[in-house]
Amino acid sequence: MSTGSFESWTGTITDIGPLYPFVGTELVLSIVGIVCWIGWHIWQYYFEKAEYEEEVKKCSVILEKRISEE
Amino acid sequence: MDNELASLGVIFTEFYYWVTVVFMFLIHAGFCVYEVGVSRRKNHMHTLMKNTMIIPLVTITFFYFGWWIYFAFPNGPGIVGGLLSAPWATPWSELMGPHMGGAPVSATLTTDDTAFWSRINGVFWAAFLLFSWTAASIVSGACIERIRSGGFWILAVLLGSFCWIIDAAWGWHPDGWMVQILGYHDAYASGVIHAIAGGFALGVLIVLGARIGRFKKDGTPRVIAPQNPWLVTIGLFLIYTGFWGFYAACNVPMIDVQAGDGVFFSATNIYLSPTSLSAITFNFLMSLSGGLLMAYVVSKGDAFWTYSGGLAGIIAASAGNDLYHPIQAMLVAAGGVFFMYKMHYWVERRFKIDDAVGAVAVHGYAGFYGVVMAGFMLWGYPTSPNPEYALITPWGNFIGAIIMFGVLGFLPGFIGATILNKFGMLRIPREIELVGLDVTTEILAEEESHAIVEAEKAYAHEVGLIK
Repeated sequence: MSTGSFESWTGTITDIGPLYPFVGTELVLSIVGIVCWIGWHIWQYYFEKAEYEEEVKKCSVILEKRISEE
Repeated sequence: MDNELASLGVIFTEFYYWVTVVFMFLIHAGFCVYEVGVSRRKNHMHTLMKNTMIIPLVTITFFYFGWWIYFAFPNGPGIVGGLLSAPWATPWSELMGPHMGGAPVSATLTTDDTAFWSRINGVFWAAFLLFSWTAASIVSGACIERIRSGGFWILAVLLGSFCWIIDAAWGWHPDGWMVQILGYHDAYASGVIHAIAGGFALGVLIVLGARIGRFKKDGTPRVIAPQNPWLVTIGLFLIYTGFWGFYAACNVPMIDVQAGDGVFFSATNIYLSPTSLSAITFNFLMSLSGGLLMAYVVSKGDAFWTYSGGLAGIIAASAGNDLYHPIQAMLVAAGGVFFMYKMHYWVERRFKIDDAVGAVAVHGYAGFYGVVMAGFMLWGYPTSPNPEYALITPWGNFIGAIIMFGVLGFLPGFIGATILNKFGMLRIPREIELVGLDVTTEILAEEESHAIVEAEKAYAHEVGLIK
C-alpha cells in the first residue's frame, strides 16, 4: 500500500511521473488553497479592524502622557 | 533526459535559476531592512510586517494564477489572438509539483515538454515570483507609516500576481504582443518591473495622502529624514547584491541561438536574443557607477540619494543593458538619475506627494526613462530573433513605457486604492498615526517590563534580600 503512485525506484523513472502523494487530488487541493487565501484576508480584515478600534481608545491617554514627559 | 548532453543542459538551467532565486531573496531582505531604517521608531514592527507578509501572499497567489497568466496572456488576449494554452502552469497541473517527466499530462504537451517542465517549472516560477515580490515591495516603501497592512496586502497581490505578470506576458515574453507589434525591448526590466511598480505606487499615494505634518500649511514639504542611516545603507547594499541575481534571472543561460542548420550556444535575454553574462556584468557595474556619480553631484553628496541613485542608474540603463557599450550604460544611467531626482522634487512640490523612500522616482521615473532611452539608443535593432516581429523604435518603446507606467501601473494602483479607501481599508486612523502603529506592542512591552520588575521585587522580599 502506498499513498503515492509507486512503491519502488527500480522501474523506468519517467514512468513514475508525479512524486507527491494522493495524485489526482490536484483540483481539490487548488480549491482548498484558494479558499484558505481568501479566508486569510477576511480574517485579517476583522482582526485589524478590532485591533485599531481598541487602540484608538487608548490613543489620547498615550499622547497626553508623551506630551507631559516631554 | 535520456542522453548526457541534453541532461546537462536542462539540469544546468535548473541549477542556474535556482541560484538566481537565492540571490534575489536578498532584494527582499534589503527592502525590509531599508524600510525599517527609513521609518520612525514608533512604526518599526508594523513596517517590517507589512513588507514581510508580501512573501506568503504573493507566493501563493502567484502559484494559483500568476504563473498561468504569463503563458496564457501574450496575445492580450484579444489584441493579436486569444488565450494560449499553458497546461504546465495551472495550479492543478501535475507539473506544478515534484515530477520526473514521462507521459504527457495533457493532450497539448509532448513527452519532451513534460521532461523539460518537470525540471524547469519550479525554478522558473520562483525566478518570476521573486520579481513579483520586488514589484510589491517597491510600493510598500512608498506608503509606510500610514497605510493599513490589510489594504496594502490586497494591493500587493493585485500588482505582484496580476498586473506585473500581465505586462511580462505582453512585453517580456518572446511572443508577447508588444514585442511582435511594437518591437518593445526591455531586457532587464526597466519598464516591466520598475516603471510599473513606480506608477502603481504613485496611483496609491495620490489616494492615500501624505503623512501628518509632512507638508506645511502653505504646501512646502518638510523632510522626515531616514531614522537609521546604517540600516538604510545595509538595506541598499543588499538590494544591489540581490540585483545581480535579478539580472542573471532575466537571461536564459544556454540555448542554441543559430538560425538554420548551424549550432551556436549562448546565453540569451528573455526574448531569446543572444547576449552574455559578461556583457551584463560590464553594464550592471558601469550603470551602477554612472548612477552613483550623478546622484552624488545632483544631491550634493546626500547619502540617501546617492545610494538610491546607484539603484536608479541600473534601472535607467536596464532596458538596453544587453546591448549597450559599458560607457553608454554609464551615461544613460547618469541621465536617468538626473531626470528622476528632478522629477521627484517637482512632483512633490507641485502635487504634495509624500513618497517616503523616493520609490516612484527611483523605480517609476528612472524605469520609464530607461525604456524610452532604449528606444532611441537601439533604434532599428531586432528585439526578437523572429524576423517577422517589429524592430525596436523610439515610438514603440515610448508607447510601451506608457503602457507599463500608466496603463498597468498607475491606473490599477489608483483604482485599487480608491476602492479600498471607499471601504475604509486604506488609511490607518489618524490617532494611531500620531501615536505610532506599534502602540499595542509598546504598551504590552511596558506592562510586561513593569510586571517583571514587580515580580523581581517580590522575589527579593521573599528570599530576604530586601525588606
